[in-house]
Amino acid sequence: MEQILQYSLSGIATGAIYALIGIGFSIIYNATGIINFAQGEFVMLGGILTFFFLDILQFPLWGAIILAVTGATLCGLLFERLAIRPLAKATPINLVIVTIGGSILIRGLAMLIWGKDTHSVPSFSGDNPIAIGSATLLPQHLWIMGITLAVICLNKYFFYHTINGKAMRACAYNPRAAGLVGIDVKRMVLLSFVISSAMGSLAGIIIAPLTMTAYDVGVMLGLKGFCAAIIGGMSTGMSVVVGGLLLGVLESLGAGLISSGYKDAIAFIILLLILFIRPQGLFGKAETERV
Amino acid sequence: MIKHPLCKYTAFVALILIIPFVLKGSYLINVMVFVGINTMLAIALNLLLGYAGQISLGHAAFFGLGAYLSGVLTATHGMNPWLVMVAAAVGVGLLAFVIGFPILRLKGHYLAMATLGFGIIVYIVFNETVDITGGPSGLSGIPNLKLGPVAFDSDLKNYYLVWIVTLLVVLLAVNLADSRIGRSLRAIHDSEVAARVMGVNARLLKVQIFALSAVISSLAGSLYAHTMAFVAPASFGFNFSVELLTMVVIGGLGSIYGSFLGALLLTLLPEFLRFLHDYDIVFYGLLLMVMIMFMPGGLVRGIPALLRRMMTGRKKGETVDA
Amino acid sequence: MGHRLLSYLLAAVFMLSGASAFAAPTIKIGALFSVTGPAAFLGEPERNTAVMVVDQINKAGGIKGKKIELIVYDTNGDATKAKQLVNKLIKNDKVSAIIGPSTTGESMAIINDVEKAGVPLISCAAGIKITEPVKKWVFKTAQNDSLAVARIYEYLQKNRLNKVAILTVSDGFGQSGREQLKAQAKKYGISVVSDDTYGPKDTDMSPQLTKIRGSKAQALICWGTNPGPAVVAKNARQLGLKMPVFMSHGVSSKKFIQLAGDAAEGLKLPSGKVIVADLLPASDPQKKSLMAFVNDYKKHYRAEGDHFGGHAWDAVMLLKGAIERGGDTPAAIRDQLEKTRQFHGIGGTFTFTSQDHAGLGKDAFVLVEVKNKDWVIVK
Repeated sequence: MEQILQYSLSGIATGAIYALIGIGFSIIYNATGIINFAQGEFVMLGGILTFFFLDILQFPLWGAIILAVTGATLCGLLFERLAIRPLAKATPINLVIVTIGGSILIRGLAMLIWGKDTHSVPSFSGDNPIAIGSATLLPQHLWIMGITLAVICLNKYFFYHTINGKAMRACAYNPRAAGLVGIDVKRMVLLSFVISSAMGSLAGIIIAPLTMTAYDVGVMLGLKGFCAAIIGGMSTGMSVVVGGLLLGVLESLGAGLISSGYKDAIAFIILLLILFIRPQGLFGKAETERV
Repeated sequence: MIKHPLCKYTAFVALILIIPFVLKGSYLINVMVFVGINTMLAIALNLLLGYAGQISLGHAAFFGLGAYLSGVLTATHGMNPWLVMVAAAVGVGLLAFVIGFPILRLKGHYLAMATLGFGIIVYIVFNETVDITGGPSGLSGIPNLKLGPVAFDSDLKNYYLVWIVTLLVVLLAVNLADSRIGRSLRAIHDSEVAARVMGVNARLLKVQIFALSAVISSLAGSLYAHTMAFVAPASFGFNFSVELLTMVVIGGLGSIYGSFLGALLLTLLPEFLRFLHDYDIVFYGLLLMVMIMFMPGGLVRGIPALLRRMMTGRKKGETVDA
Repeated sequence: MGHRLLSYLLAAVFMLSGASAFAAPTIKIGALFSVTGPAAFLGEPERNTAVMVVDQINKAGGIKGKKIELIVYDTNGDATKAKQLVNKLIKNDKVSAIIGPSTTGESMAIINDVEKAGVPLISCAAGIKITEPVKKWVFKTAQNDSLAVARIYEYLQKNRLNKVAILTVSDGFGQSGREQLKAQAKKYGISVVSDDTYGPKDTDMSPQLTKIRGSKAQALICWGTNPGPAVVAKNARQLGLKMPVFMSHGVSSKKFIQLAGDAAEGLKLPSGKVIVADLLPASDPQKKSLMAFVNDYKKHYRAEGDHFGGHAWDAVMLLKGAIERGGDTPAAIRDQLEKTRQFHGIGGTFTFTSQDHAGLGKDAFVLVEVKNKDWVIVK
C-alpha cells in the first residue's frame, strides 16, 4: 500500500488550492452574509491574466504574477463598487443572484478577450519530479503548499493583530454593533472583496502550471472551494484549510482506491454524512437561535 | 389590476390559450413547451424557497430523476408511460421525504451545500450508470405520450399537454399559498422558532413541502423526457439548478405568477439575444445584475411598478406593494 | 476584437431593419454548432470552416447559379437548445439541409425532428449510434471512434503489448471511446487490466495514474479532449510512468503539444490526416483536399485547421456535390447524398450507400507520434 502516500500527497496539494479558494468564500460570507458565486472567476482571472502578461505582453514570470494578482484584485474591487455596494439594502438571496450574474459576465468577457482555448503557463521552477519516499511530487506542488501556508499565516496575523482585521471580525459578529462603535462597515465589505479576490487569483496562478488555464476553469474550482469553506464552518482560519485538505484527500483516495468515476460522489456522500451527524458543521458549536 | 385570485387565474388560462394562435407555425411554440416545463420547476422551487424560505441548489436532480425514470422505464422496458409518470412522481416524492428530514434540519449555507451535494451525487449517478442511463451521451428512443388515438407527437399537441399540467400545478400552488399551509409556511419563513411556538409542526411541514416540490419537479421531468424523446445528464447538472434559482428570484420570490414570468424570460431570452452571437453571454450576465438592481422584488412586482410610474409620471418615493 | 464586435453590431442592426434586399433565389442551409459552451473546441472550428467554405462557393458563383445562404445557430452544447433550434431551422428558416450538431448527444436529440420533417442532416459528431441503425435522413462525416481504436490496437498487437490500462474522460467523447476500447480488445488479443475515468474539468489525474502504475498494464490509452490529456501527460511524467502512452484523435492538434510541453514527447495517437497533410505522399487521394483546407483555414483565421473543422468542410462539400448532381429540394439532396461515391474529403474517402450513412473506411486514420514538438507518421 505504498500508493497511499502518493494519493495523500496529491490530495494535499489539490486540497491546498481548495482551501485558498475556500477562505476567500468565508471572508466575503462573514463580511456580507452572501455566498459569492463569482469567487471562482477570480481564480480563473489569476491564471488567465498570468498567461496574458507572460505570453502576450512578454513580462517576466514574477512581474506577470504580481500584475495578475493586481488585475484580479482590481476586478474584485470594481465588482464590489459597481454591483454589491449599490445594493446595500438588498436581501442575501438577491445578492447571490447578483454574484451569479457577475460570474457569468466575467466569464463571458474573459471568453471574448482571451478566446475559448486552453492556455499553458510555465512552472515556477521546472518540471523535474522530486521523490518523497515512494511518491513523487513536482516542484510546483511544493510552491502550492508553501504559498498556501504563507497566506494562511498572513491571514491569521491580519485578522488577529491588525486594526483592520479586528474591525472585520467585529463586522462579521455583528455589523450594526460594529457600526455603532465607529467601524466603517462599507469599507470592511470592500476590503473583504479585495482580500478574497487577491487570494482567489493567487490560487488560480499557482495551480495554472499544472492544470493549464481557460475562461471556464473557475466554475469547478469555485464549487470545490465553496465546499471546503462549508466543511470548515465558513471560518477564516485553520478549519477551512482542514476542510480543503480533507476534500482533496478524500477525492484522491476515492479515485485511487474505490472508483475514479464516483470520486466526487464519494467525497460528497462523506460530506453529507458529516453534516447529518453534525448539522452545525465539523467545527461549529451548536448555537441557540435568538428570536 | 386584477385582484381576485380566480380572475387572475382565468386571465392566465386565457393568455395560455391565445398563445398558440399568435405563434402559429412558429418554432416558438416549441420553445413555449419548455417555458411550461420550466414554469413548473420554478413554481416547485418557489414553494420551497419563496414560501418556506428553504434554499435548494440541487433541484435539477428531482427533475432529472423524473426524466430518467420515465425515459428508462418506457424506452428500455416498454412500460406504460402514464403509469410510469405517476410512479416516478410518487417515488421521487418519497425519496425527497426521506432525505428531507436530515437535509432540512440544516440551515443557511449548510442547507445550500447539502442540496448542492445531493444534486451532484445524482448527476454523477446519471453519468456513471452507463448500462442503465446511457451515460454522458444520453438516452434516446423515448416514446411520445399517447392518449387513446391521440399521439403527442407535434409541438402544438405537446404545448397543450404540457400547459394543461402546468395550469393544474399553478392552480394547486395558488390555492396552497392562500391556505392555512401557506400561512404556516410564511410563518416558518419569518421565524421558525416563533412558528413552532404558535403550534406549527415546522419540521414536518418543511419536509412535506420539500416532497411536494420534488413531485412537481419529477412530473416536469417526465413530460420533458417524452417531449424531447431524449435525455442526457448535462441537462440536469448544477448549472440548471442555479438557472432555476435565478428564474425564481428574477420572477419574484413567493409569487406563483412571478415564477411563470421568470421562466418565460430566462427561457426566451437566449432566443432574442441570438443576434449578439458570442456576446450574448455577457449581455445575459449583465441583465441579471441590472434586473436585481432595478427590480429587487422580481418581475412580478417590478413590471406593475414600472407601468404605474410610466402612467402617472411620478418618480421614486412610492412603495411597491408585494 | 473590436472589429468583430463592430461587425456583429452592424449585422444586428441590419437584421433588425428587416433587410430582405436579396430577392435572388438562394439555397438555404442550416447549421447547428456548439460555438460556445463545453464543446466549443468542436463547434468553433466547425462554424469557422463552414462559413469559410460557403463564402468560397458563393464567390465562385454558387451552385448551378444559386448562392448558398448559411444560417448558423449556436447550441451551446445543450441538447434542449439543439432541439429548439432544429425546429427553428425547419419551420421558420425552411432550410433544405442541415449540418451539425457538434456532439453525439445533440445529434441523437434532433434525429426525430429531421426524420419527421424530411430534411437531410449531416452530423459532425462521431457517435456510432447516429448512423447505426441507418436512418433515412441522417448522415455523418466524423470518423467512427471504432476506427481510431482499431488503429491503436493494431499497433499494440504488432508490438506484442497485450495488457492495457484505459483512462477515459467522463463525457460523451470518452464514453464512446471507452465502449469501443472494451468491445474491440478481444479481437486483437488484448485485455483491459485497468479501467478508470476522470472528469472533464479535473485538475489532477495522478491518483488514477498511480493506480495504473501499480497494475500489470503494458500500455496506457487515454481518451479525452483538451486540456485533460495534457494534464494526464504531465502527471505521467511526474510519476515516472514507464509504459508507452497513447492518446485519442481528440487531441490531434498542435494545441495539445503546446499544452503538454515536454510531457508530450513520444506520445502516440491515431489522427485524421489533416495534421500531417504536408507529410503525405502526393499519391494520396486526399492530399489535394487536405492541402486546400489547411491553407485556406490558415489564411482566413490565422490558426491551424484541425480535423474538427474538417468535419464541417466535408459536410458542406458533400452537400455541394449532391446539389450539383440533383436538385436543391430536401428529398433530392438526400437521394444524391446516398449516391456519393469516392469523395476524397478531409476525414477520409466517403462512399455512402443505403446501408452505410457514415461512409468511411479504416484508412481515415494514421498513427502519429510527437517528436521534437511536431508530428511524425508511425509506420
